[in-house]
Amino acid sequence: MTDSTTPAPRAGRPALFVLEDGRSFRGRSFGADGTGFGESVFNTAMSGYQEVLTDPSYRRQVVTMTAPQVGNYGMCVADAESDRIQVSGFVVTEAARRVSSHRATSTLRDDLAAAGVVGIEGIDTRAVTVALRDGGAMRSGVSTEVLDVDELLTQVRDSPSMEGRDLTGEVTTGEAYDVDAVGEGRFNVVVVDYGVKRRMLRLLSEMGCDVRVLPASATADDVLAHQPDGVLVSNGPGDPAAVTHGQATVRGLLGEVPVFGICLGSQFLGLALGAETTKLAFGHHGINQPVQRRRDGVVEISSHNHGFAVVADTLGDPTGQPHTYATADHGRVTVSHVNLNDDCVEGLACLDVPALAVQYHPEASPGPHDSRYLFDDFAELMSTGRPPTSVAHSATASTGA
Amino acid sequence: MPRRDDLTSVLVLGSGPIVIGQACEFDYSGTQACKVLKEEGLRVVLVNSNPATIMTDLELVDATYVEPLTVEAVTRIMEREDVDAVLATLGGQTALNLAVDLHEAGVFERLGVEVLGADLEAIQTAEDRQRFKDAMGEIGLESPRSTHVHSIDGAVEAAEEYGYPVVLRPSFTLGGKGGGIAYSPDELRTMSAQSLHESPVSRILVEESVLGWKEFELEVMRDVADNCVVICSIENVDPMGVHTGDSLTVAPAMTLSDAEYQAMRTASFAVLRRIGVETGGSNVQFAVDPATGRRVVIEMNPRVSRSSALASKATGFPIAKIAAKLAIGYTLDEIPNDITRETMAAFEPSIDYVVTKVPRFAFEKFRGTDDTLTTKMKSVGEVMAIGGTFRESVNKALRSLEDGRVGFGAQPPLDVDDDTLRERLRRPTADRLRSVDEALTRGWSVDAVHDLTGIDPWFLDQFLQLIERRREVRGREHLHAIDDDLLRAAKADGFSDDHLAALLSTSAAAVRARRLDHGIRPVFKTVDTCAGEFEAHTPYHYSTYDLLDEVSPTARDSVMVLGSGPNRIGQGVEFDYCCVHAVQALGEAGYETIMVNCNPETVSTDYDTSDRLYFEPLTFEDVMEVIDREQPVGVVVAMGGQTPLKLARQLEAAGVTILGTSPDAIDAAEDRGRFGSLMADLGVSMPEGGVARSPDEARAIARQLSYPVLVRPSYVLGGRAMEIVDDDASLDAYLATAVADEDLNAEIGGALGGGGTLSILVDRFLEGAIEVDVDAVFDGTDLFVGGVLEHIEEAGVHSGDSACTLPPITLSRGTVARIGEITRGIAEGLGVRGLVNIQFATRDDAIWCIEANPRASRTVPFVSKATGVPLAKVAARVMAGETLADLRAAGLVPDLDAIRGPRPAHIAVKEAVLPFDRFPGVDALLGPEMRSTGEVMGIDTTFGAAFAKSQAGTGSMVLPSGGTVFVSVANRDKRAIVFPAKRLADLGFDLVATDGTADLLQRVGVDAAVVAKVSTGDTQLLELVADGTITLILNTPSGPGTRDDGYQIRQAAIAAGVPVITTLSGILAAIQGVESIRTDGIRVTSLQQHLARMDESPGPAAAADTADLPRAGGSTRPAVDEVGVAG
Repeated sequence: MTDSTTPAPRAGRPALFVLEDGRSFRGRSFGADGTGFGESVFNTAMSGYQEVLTDPSYRRQVVTMTAPQVGNYGMCVADAESDRIQVSGFVVTEAARRVSSHRATSTLRDDLAAAGVVGIEGIDTRAVTVALRDGGAMRSGVSTEVLDVDELLTQVRDSPSMEGRDLTGEVTTGEAYDVDAVGEGRFNVVVVDYGVKRRMLRLLSEMGCDVRVLPASATADDVLAHQPDGVLVSNGPGDPAAVTHGQATVRGLLGEVPVFGICLGSQFLGLALGAETTKLAFGHHGINQPVQRRRDGVVEISSHNHGFAVVADTLGDPTGQPHTYATADHGRVTVSHVNLNDDCVEGLACLDVPALAVQYHPEASPGPHDSRYLFDDFAELMSTGRPPTSVAHSATASTGA
Repeated sequence: MPRRDDLTSVLVLGSGPIVIGQACEFDYSGTQACKVLKEEGLRVVLVNSNPATIMTDLELVDATYVEPLTVEAVTRIMEREDVDAVLATLGGQTALNLAVDLHEAGVFERLGVEVLGADLEAIQTAEDRQRFKDAMGEIGLESPRSTHVHSIDGAVEAAEEYGYPVVLRPSFTLGGKGGGIAYSPDELRTMSAQSLHESPVSRILVEESVLGWKEFELEVMRDVADNCVVICSIENVDPMGVHTGDSLTVAPAMTLSDAEYQAMRTASFAVLRRIGVETGGSNVQFAVDPATGRRVVIEMNPRVSRSSALASKATGFPIAKIAAKLAIGYTLDEIPNDITRETMAAFEPSIDYVVTKVPRFAFEKFRGTDDTLTTKMKSVGEVMAIGGTFRESVNKALRSLEDGRVGFGAQPPLDVDDDTLRERLRRPTADRLRSVDEALTRGWSVDAVHDLTGIDPWFLDQFLQLIERRREVRGREHLHAIDDDLLRAAKADGFSDDHLAALLSTSAAAVRARRLDHGIRPVFKTVDTCAGEFEAHTPYHYSTYDLLDEVSPTARDSVMVLGSGPNRIGQGVEFDYCCVHAVQALGEAGYETIMVNCNPETVSTDYDTSDRLYFEPLTFEDVMEVIDREQPVGVVVAMGGQTPLKLARQLEAAGVTILGTSPDAIDAAEDRGRFGSLMADLGVSMPEGGVARSPDEARAIARQLSYPVLVRPSYVLGGRAMEIVDDDASLDAYLATAVADEDLNAEIGGALGGGGTLSILVDRFLEGAIEVDVDAVFDGTDLFVGGVLEHIEEAGVHSGDSACTLPPITLSRGTVARIGEITRGIAEGLGVRGLVNIQFATRDDAIWCIEANPRASRTVPFVSKATGVPLAKVAARVMAGETLADLRAAGLVPDLDAIRGPRPAHIAVKEAVLPFDRFPGVDALLGPEMRSTGEVMGIDTTFGAAFAKSQAGTGSMVLPSGGTVFVSVANRDKRAIVFPAKRLADLGFDLVATDGTADLLQRVGVDAAVVAKVSTGDTQLLELVADGTITLILNTPSGPGTRDDGYQIRQAAIAAGVPVITTLSGILAAIQGVESIRTDGIRVTSLQQHLARMDESPGPAAAADTADLPRAGGSTRPAVDEVGVAG
């Protein structure tokens, strides 16, 4: 068991961070006092801590940022991805004392404190990252109250695991609401909110969608009752396999209306098609992941936050066309995007029903904007009822990797 | 996309000599490119005039041309080599400009040669500011408002519209050369005149000022499939207005929100696409208004740059290597990332540390010039440091500079009033951080200091935290009052042992002992491109005070090579070259090699060079931590110049094995008394002189020797503060200036009196003597003399600034043989194991030994290139215990050396490149203080041709083939100028002279037009220089002083780029050069061919050099005097 002796840069309360495997790190708190438990993940983004903190997909996770100094440009209302900080603990090398940005409306320290979330600084985040890389994502706890390693470790080991957990109820909207199109509305879109990021709604609105956001409890019939031109099945936290209602909803929508799944929504599509999902060793959490678009080989540097992924060869029988499988009930599906680092499935496109999905975050926030074209692909799906021509094309012509 | 199969041979354009704005980063990038192209099976042809480069090593490419980077020479190379394509984006601005010139001369079209990477259209759009601005407008990106003008009046008119200050940028110049900021109409008029001149197309951009805005750079790559990635973001701590090369910069960007950063990223890709960079690396610079976030594009470089070298070292992503692969058709997703091996180059590095780059300046060498930092780059080198926080990183960087600072806030308080301090904060200088420290220490708010400096408050708060920490430490007063938590916190903030010792009035050794006792040691982490997400395989490390340690010592025997730190005048790329060779040789000998260095521009800090790389300051503390970790069997200190040599004694005392010449022998060479008695034992003369420990002693010694005498402080390199003084008054003036010089005192540890003990060397000045440099390797028994170099300028010009020729052209065989004997005696007497450089002076038949340095010298790369013998490699193997006989058997060393061997069929001339054009006001006279930044080599079969090439290689001293020559020489040179002047007239040059010289020339029948002296108030002469009528100036100075004619003429010549030759010997060499150009033009031959010719035909002299001659050379050999000038 390692006990950190890293110096705390400034006076905060002593705080302790413990991983399920027994590793512990001492630092100083910033933000709230208290104790938080969650699955530990690391994020390698060098910018965008605010978007990470407020992304509902990080619900019940303790996030370690590998960036060396965090909080430098403060917090800006316009950058929040939801109405609150979602993480249950935040681990950094150092949180800024002085904030500098004309956009800043508050500070990281103040916002964490206000949200009741414990932040811990003075931590060797590389040590945490290597532990998670080698040991996989695991439960963890961060506390200013329990400073005894064994005691906090016991509590960590008693806390629930992410596997088998449906957290969408904690982050979805209580009531349905509307977001109007900017300018003239071209499409009516329903968003099923399993923890949707605000940026997705904003992008839909900016591309001329009148958006109706429904809570996670919405069924396929509830969605179809709005007679949408298309449905965006959002991102969200937890284990996709546990969110059986989400799969059911997508299953009910398939073939009835164009569907665009993002992140958790993508896993729902895979599961609805009959595939299995698997938990990745330590997941993809960062904004520098290379994803190759198979239809033309172009590489997108993209924003990721997923610990689970669809297993390609469980989608169905190979069709003979590259990367394309015959599903039991919904015709052919092609793996449209793949991660260059680990060959993980990053995108699906149905060829016989109007449905597209990506495992990563085309809305970015944080992260590069390389993948925002996927919203245009969704528009094309809605206007023609067919996936973008080039996707279909890729399934018949060999693209090579 | 796989690599193109339609290419078989590629010409790589190098970047030429090291100049301000273009240093060895292009050797780093060019070397990577050459390796890649070779690995890909292409025939690689290289041209670079700079011999002190790894890229010009013989084995690297198929044909190496050390030839001037001119249209004429390169066209001939392309014709001879029949290349398919040219790679011009890895050789800096020089290569890019050359490509534009070749294109405009129609050469590419005529020869059917393709330009890889960025096409000419792209280069021109990026370089031409108006076209660039228009292009940015087309893609919806803002630029500062601006307009192009061709006249001074046009500039003033534009400034009226935007309001002062305005920025001036001449089109097509290097490193912002000729640019600046004008605050008033008067300033604008003066500056625009010079800018118009600097621009090869006589055009300047007058631009709205974005002074004080935040400055960012993105290093971007694009492949042929249009995949784009950002490798690194860099934030400039010094805001807009200071050239990025002169700014303290940080990676990653620290104060950009994701929304702002991503918008900048998207914009940078749009810039690449619009400019048309098809493949490769580029650098896009942005300015951001801190008040509003308004973002403008400042410029883009469609090539790898200094910043991309920095980005490569900062992230571990080898931009130049990948750029070369992209140039031949690969895409990013096809190229593996060597560091992770699991992932591909198509990604964006993430870093979990802070990188700081700090420039190194040399204003002390250029007294009289304005030291305000502007958009024109003035720094001569840089250091980079890696730390867990900005604070640790900046402190490590500052102590890497070797300018006496041991960290931020380690200088004495500034004794200035508040108004002066405010002024100092407003004006960016090399020393501004000291003012920032002072102001924050006085309790001025971060916001107040921000308003004055434009430095972002986040960074200022980091500095403030260091000041608070300093206060906390100092408040404890004694080391024993410092608890472990505080000590650890101070170390994590980057405080060096030296700095803590100063704060606690104790010794660094005591601080270190305390740290070690309490286990307060740094850990070593890995630079891996991915913030730990994947396992790294490339051992590239840095120290930090933290928890996770990723390094364990190797099982194999390892040898550590200490690098040379930041480039500076007197210690440049030549030493890095030697370090790289040492690493290569020791690797070949079976050792695990460990490199420690802090200069991001270098090849030595390429993670591919050594088995393990530590990016660390070269201080005792930092080096010792690495040694303690790695436990090498020995450490090489003799390759990196003065930087590692200074550590030798201390390392040895700490129980470290120093390979090669012992620290005691190094000391014996430096110590006047010990070296003097060795010379006496050997019966070798030295210039008489002595060590003065007080001003009185200095005067006494000087009088005894009789003036003029040469004075300098002990233990400095590059002739720092070396002067020739003519009388008591000038000696007193010298001592007063030098003793009061804080920088100098800091650099040499107070040896001038700051620290109590004055130590000044006073030597007889050998007027009119010829200086000779020898580079040799000694193994304890056997001596190998690599080269005997004859200086062209007479004694009195620093050897680093003097041109020299190898083999010597006017030395007699007897002299050469005697020099060989003395060299052996000194090597034996000192106990040299490895390299030794000895400087001699000779006049008539007398030989004096001036000094011996048992270490790698500046001339080692030149000698190696000229002779084909890798001297530094040979020396490294000898230092590790092999004998020259072993190495001869292995084929590394030829049987005969420069003393015994045949005269080669070629002559190589080294010429120094001087940065006077960067420092207006500084007199362009050569003297005993070295001021050159780099060197070039000219190689040919005759001296004249080789000399002409060396001049052409400098870019600024290109000898004309016709036109008007202005002649003005001091009285003592009047007699000697007659024949050269007559020869020029015979060659068809028109001559112009002031009346005295004109009179003389007319008397001997040389027709010379008379022009009035400038001091008469007549400006005709200056106009003739400025308008290009005069193409060559021969002007030997009659005395010092900035009021005289010579000074004004030299200033005008520098501004106009007209070659000015200030020594008689230089004039004689130039005449031979001009003759050669007139008769033969430029012939090109690869080094491989030159050297093969040497192997084939040992030359007529070889017959005399038989084995029965004594080993040390020819005292018994019949003295066959060879008369001078070859060809």
